[in-house]
Amino acid sequence: MHDEKLIKEIKRKALEIRKWVIESVYRAGSGHPGGSLSVADILACLYFHEMRHNPKDPKWPDRDRLVLSKGHAAPALYAALALAGYFPVEELKNLRKIGHFLQGHPCMKKVPGVDMSTGSLGHGLSVAVGMALAGKLDKKDYRVFAILGDGEVQEGQIWEAANAASHYKLDNLIAILDRNKLQIDGPTEEIMHLEPLAWRWQAFGWDVIEIDGHDIEEILGTFHEIKLNEKPTIIIANTIKGKGVSFMEGTLSFHGKPPSEEQYIRAMSELEQAERELND
Amino acid sequence: MIDATITDKKRNLRDAYSSALIALGRRNPDVVVLDADLALSTKTKRFGTVFPDRFFDMGIAEANMMGVAAGLAACGKIVFASTFAVFATGRSYDAIRQSIAYPELNVKIVATHAGISVGGDGASHQMLEDIALMRALPNMVVIAPADATEMEDVVPAIAEHNGPCYVRIGRADAPILFETHGMFEIGKGYVLREGSDITVIATGTMTAEALKAYDLLKKEKIDARIIHMPTIKPLDEKLVRKAAKETGRIITCEEHTVIGGLGDAVAMAIAKKPVPMIRIGVNDVFGESGEAWQLMEKYGLTAENIVKRAKELIKKS
Repeated sequence: MHDEKLIKEIKRKALEIRKWVIESVYRAGSGHPGGSLSVADILACLYFHEMRHNPKDPKWPDRDRLVLSKGHAAPALYAALALAGYFPVEELKNLRKIGHFLQGHPCMKKVPGVDMSTGSLGHGLSVAVGMALAGKLDKKDYRVFAILGDGEVQEGQIWEAANAASHYKLDNLIAILDRNKLQIDGPTEEIMHLEPLAWRWQAFGWDVIEIDGHDIEEILGTFHEIKLNEKPTIIIANTIKGKGVSFMEGTLSFHGKPPSEEQYIRAMSELEQAERELND
Repeated sequence: MIDATITDKKRNLRDAYSSALIALGRRNPDVVVLDADLALSTKTKRFGTVFPDRFFDMGIAEANMMGVAAGLAACGKIVFASTFAVFATGRSYDAIRQSIAYPELNVKIVATHAGISVGGDGASHQMLEDIALMRALPNMVVIAPADATEMEDVVPAIAEHNGPCYVRIGRADAPILFETHGMFEIGKGYVLREGSDITVIATGTMTAEALKAYDLLKKEKIDARIIHMPTIKPLDEKLVRKAAKETGRIITCEEHTVIGGLGDAVAMAIAKKPVPMIRIGVNDVFGESGEAWQLMEKYGLTAENIVKRAKELIKKS
């Protein structure tokens, strides 16, 4: 059991991430709010508790790594990094602006704290395998986290990487699959089926844990279940696309579309209301 | 001018690759080698035998291999990733683009079996567009060494260079052109023969043909300048422009499609002050099965064709 204070603190961070997602995507006039909101709780747990990292030393060799393979959730990642102290939060207002370092999809050369450039789906898990392999080679105890989209695992390269991860016994690799069940063209099971998803990963030699990806206590608890048993682990996090903003939840329309001015105001007031309720 | 002669001595560039890789591995513990189930053909297996801990066979999954290479490089490794050129660049293009070239990671893609001289395997395995594909990527260095001696110099040079590199070598044994080591430098072209009537700029396997062409042209009283251009990107533009100015005619030679390779790079370099030019390469067609020498002949990748085209160019201009 994690103490209530910690859980409340992470919930607060997750709400802050969500507010910045709405703020930055609204100001940018483009971006992906739906899939950013669905991973906000997971990112909050990772950056504000679970991961070993140091915002003052982004290239610290012993840090845990995070590869946001679903790079379109960049607004959520940038918010987590800024709130953790990698760069000033005010910078988030310049997302996708020309000449600014916050690219539409994560760029490791420009953004402190970004461990890998991503954006084109299907690549991140391979890179995470390489990082985990390097950790084993160097006998370091860092872990590598890879956040995958659910639609993303339709890419064949994901399964090449999944195969390599179990072949090389990478128990320092933890994939988190943001199972929000929607991709651009529709529900994943209609577009190109993924189920039985847990079974598929098991068949590739992974330990599979299924959780509610919005339950902070459950997310935090899950990391304790991961064993150093020569097998990579995947956490299938059941989530809701657009989570936290009522009219974005479970809809396709905000996959890659910013809110209008009116929607922006409504979304922010909902999230501020949630913050007030949390503080009461 | 660089000392280069064609002798009867031949050596395979893949052998040179593996011996240079082992020497590099001894000096530098950060060197890691990946292959995609062709380690016996690319000869990286030899590195794996000497350094089993630093060699990983990634199986028949080339795109994943490139991503894994990127991850290792992001953690400080100098990664050599090898397979046949057709899989290394064609199959893996997006992985190279997204995970290696864009983040500018320290991955060295060393591809073997490039070009039409692969022979019997036919068009499916004869990679003729790899230079074009890799040249188009920002941050990528593109190299095609001419012989085994040069290959042994290329390996430490690319390890020294912090960033992505693509090296293409052929399958067949190649005549030894350079007796001594120490010539190769990334981005430099080399004048192998002085001449003032025409310049022949060649890369990879075609440099030996260009040297043979020099002797044949000499008999016809044509004084050709022969330039070996191991680095296609960044191109030694200064040397190209100087040759254009001094000889007034250029022929480029590459075992690659005429689209997007050395010929196009040279044409770009002289676009402001153009001179009459012919690009020798495979003319926008796929290859076919056959013996390596038969294919080189059929597709005009020979000294004799260089001579023929040189005479044409001189006659016309």
